[in-house]
Amino acid sequence: MIAKPSIPDVLREPGAQIGKPVSRVDGRLKVTGGAKYAAEFSAPGLAHGYIVSSTIARGRITRIDTSAALALPGVLHVFTHENRPSLAWFDRKWKDDDAPKGSPFRPLYDAEIIHSLQPVALVVAESFELARYAARLVQVEYEAAPHRTDLHAHRDDTFTPGKDKGGFQPPPKPRGDADRALAEAEVSVDLEFTQATEHHNPMEMHASTVIHHEDGTLAVYDKTQGAQNSHSWICNVFNLSKSDVRVLSPFVGGAFGSGLRPQHQLFMAVLAATQLKRSVRVELSRPQMFSFGHRPETIQRVALGARKDGTLTALIHEAVQESSQNENYVEIVVNWSGQQYKCDNVRLDYKLCRLDVHTPLDQRAPGAATGVPALEIAMDELAHKLGMDPVELRLKNYTDTDPNTGKPFSSKELRACFQQGAERFGWAKRNPKPRSMREGRQLIGWGMASGVWDAMQGQAVAKATLGVDGRLTVGSATADIGTGTYTVMTQIAADVLGLSVKDVTFHLGDSSLPMAPIEGGSWTVSSVGSAVKAACDRVRDRLVTAASKMKGGPLAGIGNQEVVFADGHLVAKADPSRRVSITDVMRASELLTIEEEARSVPYLLARSRHALGTHSAIFAEVRVDEGLGTVQVTRVVSAIAAGRIINPKTARSQIMGAVVWGIGMALEEETFTDHTLGRYMNHDIAEYHIPVNADVHDIDVIFVEEHDEVVNPLGAKGVGEIGIVGVPAAIANAIFHATGVRVCDLPITVDKILEGLRRNRGD
Amino acid sequence: MRAFTYSRADTVEDAVRALAGNPDARFVAGGTNLLDLMKADAMRPAHLVDISRLPLDRIEETEDGGLRLGALARNADTAWDERVRSRYPMLSKAILAGASAQLRNMATNGGNLLQRTRCYYFYDSGTPCNKREPGSGCGALTGVNRIHAILGASEHCIAVHPSDLCVALAALEATVRVTGPRGERTIPFAEFHRLPGDTPHIDTTLGADEIVTAIDLPARGFAEHSTYLKVRDRASYAFALVSVAAALEIEGGTIRAARLALGGVAHKPWRDTEAEAMLVGKPAEAASFAAAAQAVLRGAKGHAHNAFKIPLAERAIVRALSEAAGVQTP
Ligand SMILES: Cc1cc2nc3c(=O)[nH]c(=O)nc-3n(C[C@H](O)[C@H](O)[C@H](O)COP(=O)(O)OP(=O)(O)OC[C@H]3O[C@@H](n4cnc5c(N)ncnc54)[C@H](O)[C@@H]3O)c2cc1C
Repeated sequence: MIAKPSIPDVLREPGAQIGKPVSRVDGRLKVTGGAKYAAEFSAPGLAHGYIVSSTIARGRITRIDTSAALALPGVLHVFTHENRPSLAWFDRKWKDDDAPKGSPFRPLYDAEIIHSLQPVALVVAESFELARYAARLVQVEYEAAPHRTDLHAHRDDTFTPGKDKGGFQPPPKPRGDADRALAEAEVSVDLEFTQATEHHNPMEMHASTVIHHEDGTLAVYDKTQGAQNSHSWICNVFNLSKSDVRVLSPFVGGAFGSGLRPQHQLFMAVLAATQLKRSVRVELSRPQMFSFGHRPETIQRVALGARKDGTLTALIHEAVQESSQNENYVEIVVNWSGQQYKCDNVRLDYKLCRLDVHTPLDQRAPGAATGVPALEIAMDELAHKLGMDPVELRLKNYTDTDPNTGKPFSSKELRACFQQGAERFGWAKRNPKPRSMREGRQLIGWGMASGVWDAMQGQAVAKATLGVDGRLTVGSATADIGTGTYTVMTQIAADVLGLSVKDVTFHLGDSSLPMAPIEGGSWTVSSVGSAVKAACDRVRDRLVTAASKMKGGPLAGIGNQEVVFADGHLVAKADPSRRVSITDVMRASELLTIEEEARSVPYLLARSRHALGTHSAIFAEVRVDEGLGTVQVTRVVSAIAAGRIINPKTARSQIMGAVVWGIGMALEEETFTDHTLGRYMNHDIAEYHIPVNADVHDIDVIFVEEHDEVVNPLGAKGVGEIGIVGVPAAIANAIFHATGVRVCDLPITVDKILEGLRRNRGD
Repeated sequence: MRAFTYSRADTVEDAVRALAGNPDARFVAGGTNLLDLMKADAMRPAHLVDISRLPLDRIEETEDGGLRLGALARNADTAWDERVRSRYPMLSKAILAGASAQLRNMATNGGNLLQRTRCYYFYDSGTPCNKREPGSGCGALTGVNRIHAILGASEHCIAVHPSDLCVALAALEATVRVTGPRGERTIPFAEFHRLPGDTPHIDTTLGADEIVTAIDLPARGFAEHSTYLKVRDRASYAFALVSVAAALEIEGGTIRAARLALGGVAHKPWRDTEAEAMLVGKPAEAASFAAAAQAVLRGAKGHAHNAFKIPLAERAIVRALSEAAGVQTP
């Protein structure tokens, strides 16, 4: 049975918690050091593991000599493929909730090397320092095989993947004849784009601390975006009983997708703990943070054709992306291009190229963060060629239905984003001519772009327990990777029962809690938030029933719809003087606790009839030093349409952080590969550049009003990812406006700008 | 990181003695470079002599009107010293263009001189590097070399010296004071760092048993017409792609003296006295600066990813000289 989507009145109460800029409920713990992360848990006799990484990209290990390491007093063991215990054999046992099609990487499984920096041994010792030292003494000999890591060299050796990963559909069939329409277009652009490999680089490095109890059960503190994902993975891989293992992840110091799949340090820590029957911690070093998933390098072509009035007549978007030899990681990249604008002739194409790298991994707005900027830079170029304002061009081709599917958007306030963003930015004063604004040696440019991301929802379960003291505890096995999950779930729960956030405690990051999906795709508020609301709604119903049964009570006989909850009381809607406290209701009904569990299921039918997404308009100002090619992003306005904003404070932080990352994507972030060695070279954060404070200036965030009754009972769509989509394009377009130089290779570094300026000068 | 022993020196003599006859011993001062390199296994000292408490942290006047910067004075204290700021503003600016506030608070002047290259291959013990492992080859030559040398490199090494402070010291013609088993000596700054040649594992001419005690700045500080310009991949906390220390003395619009040194382009701070000489007697204007810039880069050689540094360095030189002279140029 599908419930009729509607936003209940209680959520519209003026005193409601939803919509309030509540400060993080875990903020104090975090700033005082009270919040403990995976590598900070300890146990008596804790042993420490350090990983030895491969120096070749492809081949076989011919010999591992661990004797020098083992000879050191205090070194407990060196695990290699030669002495590992029996492990799961079938691929499906190694799959996790985010695994794409293929054969997942198995650490220490055999002598095969499939990517550089692959873990080849684990040294376990009495101290971290000793383990690290001993790791240097492990001698590994290889027989190298030819490898390939250069996407550009192999861009023609590709294949077309299918529906190889959850959350991603292959591109739709072509509409019309885009190639012909392009050839016949009155105005056209045809650009090639490259996007560099990026690594997630969360502040906290991946770590797992496995506490080995005397009875053989394990408590595993893991850095993950899904405690239950880690839990089932290790149980499957090591053939452990589910009840003997508990995975905990109360705090995560950033993840951005890097924790969506169980990483090899988890395997290593569990391996060592179960074999040595000791508690063990394994933490990756910063260089080793480049030894697993990444945002894949991409080559794209976007070609657009239009009539002189700006009507799009042709749209072609092709992308070639890298994946590993063993799995088909897909993020499709091109589909949003078929969704964002009305156009009769569209061809979208997505291909994979196998390289000898670790399988890529979802990174904030996977696919869209790469594909949408290419589309939006091409749109800017088209606007320039048409002599049309970039916002006007986008409005000209605006669509309220998704052209990929023909379904209407459940809500899409992108027009309002354009309008409010432009107004806040002062876009109307823009002189369309490139190089029209200058201050001394600084060329000033204004650019804009739009963004889009999906509004997904998964199934989730939450349990709510109300005590006779009026305090509510709610739990679900989701994660808070710094996004504010603790806070918004607390708000949603408090809201239903008219409690103050102080009276609510939310638990997450524990595999023993009710089921929640991995925390990715900006679907946590939607999925888990809906479950939290559903569980609390049930508690609410039981309280109303109990109150209506209180003989001679102020609410005796009252109906469910006639009560509101406020300040810990049940209040008659019609007559606010008729009220009773939650505590009194429970006492009168001799209830010590009320416990309810609920599963939220997406409005499948309503959702299937709609397209669902979040949208954004980004306006950016840059200053480019004409002589030296350096760029400063002096101003960004990001206007976001993402349904109901549960907490404008944490939501704003998400968007701000994403804009900062967008600056990095546009100007700085790039993992360099040495193709001779098949190895990432700038594997530390001194040389892998992300924005520093001095790179970040004014960022203004606007949330436009957007009502959505299809997306979920909360009307909220999630804001974790939409904030980055489009930002690199707005900056690239601003650089074009400032300098007349169109750079389509991200990141846009000094060398590329100088080269463009040189070309434009004609010398 | 490998196991090592540790001792602390209380006097300069102690420190020198501790190093004598022990080729695997190293000094540690602020530790901001050495410890990182030990963790990366790029440096493997068996013994560390902690010199951080030696009384070499003062900044004092010299008899000839200059300043003596103690080897253990912190980079931050040096940059913010009132005498340094007013008499050697280019030096102050160079220090503040480097690293981060936290690192500058820890880093010492001696350590800054002896910091080692940030070449990726030097840091990654899983790759070839003649500087780290003589004879293993230069990975950067055919690999990722965006940040590498365009001047004075060899087929054995194309790494660059990463310091900002040193570029200003080269331009100022500082002198390095060192003490060894045979007593004290001084090394002109231009001779302190060396080019890689076929021994890129040797960065400097400092003896393996010598300690830097101070850096002497001559009286002439070019306070009126000097600057330090650093071009990098982000606004702060990044090493120089190219940096320029430029200093001029100008009389009635004519250049009377010039100093020009570059960072981020070579195995040592790259001072070009010929280009300096070309500037003397010329009007302080764009054409003179451009000619000097071209002269500096006449022998420059780019690799797969760093050829952009050649025009960038030219532009940076012209910009820095213009700023130093106080004239507007592109
Ligand atoms: C992330 C990062 C960014 C940085 N960015 C910059 C930058 O932009 N610009 C820049 O210039 N620098 C930069 N640095 C480098 C920093 O300036 C150096 O690490 C610092 O100056 C080294 O000083 P220290 O006292 O810590 O040296 P230590 O690490 O203690 O020593 C370095 C070396 O010098 C030797 N040594 C130290 N003192 C003496 C002495 N008195 N006599 C003989 N030998 C001695 C040691 O044996 C060792 O080999 C950066 C560093 C980091 C970590």
